[in-house]
Amino acid sequence: MRAAIEGDEAAYRRLLESLSHSLRAATRRGFAQVGAALNDVEDVVQETLLAIHLKRHTWDSDQPLGPWVRAIARHKLIDALRRRGRRIEVPIEFVMDTLPAEEARSDLDRQDAERLVNGLRGRQQAIVRSISIEGQSIRDVAQRMEMNEGAVRVALHRGLKALAAIHQKADGE
Amino acid sequence: MKTEQLIAAMAADAKTTEMPIGRTLWLAFGGGAIVAALIFFVEVGPRPDLATAFETPRFLFKYVVTLGLLASAAGLVWHLARPGAAPRAWLIALAAVPALLAIASVVELLVVPTSAWAMQTVGKNSIVCMMVIPALSAAPLIAVILALRQGATTHPVLAGAAAGLLAAGIGATLYATHCQDDSPLFIAVWYVIATTVVTAVGALLGARLLRW
Repeated sequence: MRAAIEGDEAAYRRLLESLSHSLRAATRRGFAQVGAALNDVEDVVQETLLAIHLKRHTWDSDQPLGPWVRAIARHKLIDALRRRGRRIEVPIEFVMDTLPAEEARSDLDRQDAERLVNGLRGRQQAIVRSISIEGQSIRDVAQRMEMNEGAVRVALHRGLKALAAIHQKADGE
Repeated sequence: MKTEQLIAAMAADAKTTEMPIGRTLWLAFGGGAIVAALIFFVEVGPRPDLATAFETPRFLFKYVVTLGLLASAAGLVWHLARPGAAPRAWLIALAAVPALLAIASVVELLVVPTSAWAMQTVGKNSIVCMMVIPALSAAPLIAVILALRQGATTHPVLAGAAAGLLAAGIGATLYATHCQDDSPLFIAVWYVIATTVVTAVGALLGARLLRW
């Protein structure tokens, strides 16, 4: 994370990837405990990763990273479960039935994520889409859209913020 | 969008970071306090007998209370701006302030004759006190709440209330310089009411503005 805050993209990507694995496992456990349907798990993982990304200036670099990540993950998980109205204990049989299905990501899930990106405004959407889904670099996007790199960076950052806001709204409905 | 794709976008965004939250809070605190102080010196002003007042224990005790409130509320705000549990030590420090005030009030009741109790409590400035403290707290409260929005509190209502207490601490410290009622009894009633109002506003703002 320290490297990431200094702008080391590769180190940051590795960190986020490894965090995404543990977050996925933790979210799945959390969902299973209250018997929530597991097809929303990836949604919560993405929302948590976005929160980690957008709030990383609240991590005190003198402190270990783990507790900070766990506090955010817990907050997002509780939030997600609360918004989905899952507070009732569900019989264990039900959880057992859903567990094998967890690897298959449902189409609903992907549609939902697609809808989230579609919620972004014009240029932000184009930039977030080209960098994430098409895997282009900031420089490529800047050249193609005839913008300077700084403007692309700002739009990307705002786009990610907007994405986090859409997540909250979408779940609240 | 798949999670790996989202990660690609976030990695590309690695260089864009907000200011560390500690610095944001300092700016908000400093800015809010300066605005409050300017309003105070232009609109209210210190009491004329300030120099002699500094020699009386009752006057000085007012600062023990208001600065104690300010310091412990600040400790709480700084911690609550980050995700994680509420800091027990700062909550205890904060609770010590009203406890101290209660002890001082009992002492005051013992040393002051019964006939003077009412005068010491109602004072001369009760209404002014209840108006001026919240008015001076407004700018710091707004500034600190806005700073906390940059943070990531996992306790929005508590963080908002702590921001209210911090703002009231600034307002009350300034107002204590003006107010001629120095009895702990006066503080225990009117300062406390004013602080409660600001804290309640902070908690309401927190509930609405500090969720993420």
